[in-house]
Amino acid sequence: MPQDVAHLVTAARDGDREAFDELVRVTYAESFTLALRLTGNEEDARDVVQEAYIRAFRGLSRFRGDAQFSTWMYRITANCANTHLVKRNKHRHEVLDDVEPVADDRPANDPQLQTDATALRHQLTVALETLPPKLRQVVVLRDIYDLSHEAIAAELGISETAAKVRLHRARKKLREDLFPRRAQEAADAV
Amino acid sequence: MQCDDVADDLAAAADGSMLLGRNERRHVERCLRCQAELVQYRKVLRAMRAMRTEVLEPAPGLLSDILANIEAAGERRAIRSMIHGHRAAYLGGLAAATAAGAAGAIVFASRARKLRTAS
Repeated sequence: MPQDVAHLVTAARDGDREAFDELVRVTYAESFTLALRLTGNEEDARDVVQEAYIRAFRGLSRFRGDAQFSTWMYRITANCANTHLVKRNKHRHEVLDDVEPVADDRPANDPQLQTDATALRHQLTVALETLPPKLRQVVVLRDIYDLSHEAIAAELGISETAAKVRLHRARKKLREDLFPRRAQEAADAV
Repeated sequence: MQCDDVADDLAAAADGSMLLGRNERRHVERCLRCQAELVQYRKVLRAMRAMRTEVLEPAPGLLSDILANIEAAGERRAIRSMIHGHRAAYLGGLAAATAAGAAGAIVFASRARKLRTAS
């Protein structure tokens, strides 16, 4: 944990409100980025981040300091995002599983974008957005934010086995989206 | 061994969380298609890891909204703890008064007993 963040955490745990506000200032953009990646839209991400910081404020005394503050915030944000998505989808009567995009607007099909790492990252961003939320949550938390299977399972309220299965499905889907031609060739050749 | 037998393990092998068995390794060493898939998984993983350092700037106003919510939550907590504190003080006072009453009753009873014995 960076030294200044560690000091802020210690002061905030001792009841220093200004220290907690400073912690928010230092970390909120990163938490928002994660929330946006998990929810797929800015409005939901804003709600999730606000809820996450209120939970962090209330639960700061329980933060033991053996992990980084940012990792702790990732876990809270992931938990809030999951709760938010479940509520939202219940409300809208949508099914979380296996949502396929209606139009095939994957940039992987645009030859101009298939040139370098920047293009790959752009394709990946779009491919992540088209993943079903249940798969997206797991692959984002594991492969971008490096959370353990155990932590992911705990925050999403699923078993570790389910987390691993979803991760496998997500990676496979991402690879197929990013390299569609070769994936199809591979499928045809079997 | 066929490509299908290896396919499910390639994603886990790409990030090193799982080692391929001897037969699987031997198949991949000879199979260009599986090698290509492994490379593709590694590219995806590298691109994912590179996203870790990206920070997406939220629209203005989010920070002030978060701080205002925390302020409100802090005030609610302070009010709750004040009410809790008053309740504790009230219960403490009640307990002290009860104890004093009981002690008085005991003293009164013992004096009455002494007077009865003396007379």
